[in-house]
Amino acid sequence: MKYEMVAGLETHIELGTNTKIFCNCTTAFGGDPNTHCCPICIGLPGTLPKLNKQVVEYAIMAGLATNCEIARVSKMDRKNYCYPDLSKAYQISQYDMPLCEGGYVELSNGRKIRLTRIHIEEDAGKLIHDRGDTYVDYNRGGVPLIEIVSEPDIRSIDEAKEYVEKLQLIMKYIGISDCKMQEGSMRCDVNISVRPQGSQTLGTRTEIKNMNSITYMAKAMEYEFNRQVDVIENGGKVDQETLRYDEVTDTTSSMRGKEDAHDYRYFRDPDLVTINVTDQQIEALKKTLPELPNARYSRYVNDWGIPENDASLLTKYKKVSDFFEAACDGTENPRTAANFIIGQIFRTLENDSAKEEFNVAITAQNLNQLIKLLDSKKIRMNLAKSTLDKMLETGKPVNQLISESDMGGLDDATMLKLCNDAITANPNAVNDYKNGKEKAIKALLGFVMKNSRGKADAVAVERTIKEIIK
Amino acid sequence: MSEISQIKKINNMLTSKEISCEELTKSYLAQIDKVNGDLNAYVNVTPDIALASAKKVDEKLAKGEDISLLAGVPMTLKDNISTDGIETTCCSNILKGYKPIYNATVWNILKEQDAVLLGKTNMDEFAMGSSCETSCFGGAKNPHSFDHVAGGSSGGVASAVGGNIAAYGLGSDTGGSIRQPASFCGIVGLKPSYGAVSRFGLIAYASSLDQIGPITTNVEDTAIIYDAISQYDEKDSTSQGKKGCSTCEALKKDIKGMKIGIAREYLEGVRDDVKEAIENAVKVYESLGAEIVYFNLPALKFALPVYYILACAEASSNLGRYDGIRYGYKTPTYENVNDMICKTRSEGFGDEVKRRILLGTYVLSAGYYDAYYKKAQNLRGTIVKAFKNAFDSCDVILAPTVPMTAFKVGHAASDPIETYLTDICTVPVNIAGLPAVSLPCGFNPKGMPIGMQLIGNTFCEGTILNAAWSYENKVRDSVFKSPELGVKL
Repeated sequence: MKYEMVAGLETHIELGTNTKIFCNCTTAFGGDPNTHCCPICIGLPGTLPKLNKQVVEYAIMAGLATNCEIARVSKMDRKNYCYPDLSKAYQISQYDMPLCEGGYVELSNGRKIRLTRIHIEEDAGKLIHDRGDTYVDYNRGGVPLIEIVSEPDIRSIDEAKEYVEKLQLIMKYIGISDCKMQEGSMRCDVNISVRPQGSQTLGTRTEIKNMNSITYMAKAMEYEFNRQVDVIENGGKVDQETLRYDEVTDTTSSMRGKEDAHDYRYFRDPDLVTINVTDQQIEALKKTLPELPNARYSRYVNDWGIPENDASLLTKYKKVSDFFEAACDGTENPRTAANFIIGQIFRTLENDSAKEEFNVAITAQNLNQLIKLLDSKKIRMNLAKSTLDKMLETGKPVNQLISESDMGGLDDATMLKLCNDAITANPNAVNDYKNGKEKAIKALLGFVMKNSRGKADAVAVERTIKEIIK
Repeated sequence: MSEISQIKKINNMLTSKEISCEELTKSYLAQIDKVNGDLNAYVNVTPDIALASAKKVDEKLAKGEDISLLAGVPMTLKDNISTDGIETTCCSNILKGYKPIYNATVWNILKEQDAVLLGKTNMDEFAMGSSCETSCFGGAKNPHSFDHVAGGSSGGVASAVGGNIAAYGLGSDTGGSIRQPASFCGIVGLKPSYGAVSRFGLIAYASSLDQIGPITTNVEDTAIIYDAISQYDEKDSTSQGKKGCSTCEALKKDIKGMKIGIAREYLEGVRDDVKEAIENAVKVYESLGAEIVYFNLPALKFALPVYYILACAEASSNLGRYDGIRYGYKTPTYENVNDMICKTRSEGFGDEVKRRILLGTYVLSAGYYDAYYKKAQNLRGTIVKAFKNAFDSCDVILAPTVPMTAFKVGHAASDPIETYLTDICTVPVNIAGLPAVSLPCGFNPKGMPIGMQLIGNTFCEGTILNAAWSYENKVRDSVFKSPELGVKL
């Protein structure tokens, strides 16, 4: 029998506010243990939380960017559980009145992964185990998080990966989080079940906790999918339980079963007042939202005629996309800038994170100037390409690398002379061409381009040479 | 006429150089030495801090600088109000040795005005109790009779102020913890409107009910302290500060025509001596030209169960943090972290605290939440509405503070449920977030003080203190009697 995967994700994203959600401590990553702390975020008796307004704004932006309905009235609740990294023995979160509800993330296959909700909450501290002792570091305690809960709409590992990447991209575009999974600023819990292909009922799900890389998430899902299928195929029943994934053995194991599920005793936090959001606030935040990746992608493909593959490469990183937009500004064909970026510029960037950072030696304006010289036919493509390489190497702008005399095309007489020189200097190539070796013409063309320092129009040169030796 | 206000009297003495602040402070410290053994009001006396503040005031006076009204006035704080560097224990073994690293907002305000802190005073453990006897230091005694309790939970403050070993003090009131001991000790205590005084730094018992307020020997001092501490505090999201004009200005207005409401339910089950004292107070008000309005407030019957459900629920969450990891008591031997937390809490908390944590955990649990916590929240709304309606027909509500006078020492521990029931008159005000002041209104045949409370609409502290002051002014000599104890100004 064939089985289908049904999965839903709970994604935690640390918000990039300067200060924590309920106090003025910094949210900076790292720092010596317990140096980013104050009486409030270590929960000293008598302290009270004060909600950081920017956290609410960022969460609303996340909601707007994922097509959610924004609640005009919401509140904070206490989720009670006891763990050494939780200084108050409760986490301030949102239970039955989240800030955002509904919404969806659209995948490239056109499927919409619906979002149940987005709510705000505080992060916990961290336990550090060292030589048999355990220490607690509360630096992360009180760092603001949003939790994005999806419906069980994900049907494959690829969809799960794309969903996470899309969320990551959207949050980076709107600038509310750096979504660095390796630093823990983005983490996923995966709810997963299987069912016979074609079935409409949901199987018993398990929850795999705390995935902090897309690769491991995919591996964990694959392992868990196969495990559940095996259980069912062998006549067993999947137990509803919470699992942890072990990266080393590539297996999941049980953390706790259904009967050990926490009773969090949620109730409204009496220390915090109702969160009221006005229509005006929402409108104002909507205006601050940049164009989102999916919209950009469609514009590139539909309006600018950029191939789908290139468009997705360009929109995959916000910095690249912004660079592209600026480089295109006022040029004839956006594809020119697209080709330069995806070709020559990407070659200088080793991996995904380098593309993400997009530390290149030139500015978008530098590239824009170069393209405008091309558009106005002052330089030819060959010269443009070699100049771009030099620009990327030296960081110098176009006008320091190409002199006025290099610009402009060749007059017809000079071109004709150079074509004749090429024929005289390369008798073998001429013979080869006459004997039907079409490619031999390239050697002649190269001669002219080299001696004109790239200024010749390659198409015209080829045509002229062919006419002469015919 | 000599000043009734102790604060004003002390201010006069200091500014007229009749006494130096150091001398004054020393006389309070000497009296503490003398009577605290009997009263057990103070659990931590802070002579060095008190004398340092006193010297500062004397220096200012020597330089001819102006001092604030509260400067140099020796006072005390309940031991659940955080004081930077000064042990703050909530009278619980679990917090013994805990020294906060920040000040409660109220203490910052008073410190700024050069208040002289004599020490921290006794209380029921985590403010849970009505006799001060759940304190890990043993209960505070009643200055009118050492065989009787001072009341609770702010028993230490009431005992110290009633026994004249502090000019005034700050307590906290979650279900009557300021008013009940004030009533037992024959003095004045104000539970402000919820949000009037910042809770920042008050170690939480039940966050939606807790309020800090003054305990003083007379109404005017209560108004002075209330005016000083009722400030909006950005550190407390539920804080709003005082609404309207200064309470001191409202204090001495003529109350002719003021409508004083009596809700019949408040007088049910009240002891005869208390009832009689209330009836006499009504007569005093009539003589002052107030109009007395009688009505029913049936929603009051929900108040006690609602209070114990909500307060315990919040307490179960608020007290989760005492795990021995960061501060306070930690069990000496344990096998693992869960064992450590479990032992620390089992050994650190007293029985009453454990009882309320268990009760609170239960009412919030899955499957019971709707039947208890949610229902209690709904009924809280009913009570709020009932009071709102009542204030359409009157300006203040007059009621007994406690249905009886101070318990004998040891009585409360013998029957916790009976003790819970004695909170019947005080808890409705906390549930509804209203202000209420308790003030003396007589003595029983054995000479124990009887108290009454005046309840106002939200942020109408001015109105209730106006009514309270008018009463005090009329009957002071017969009702406001201080025991022969402590400092004589």
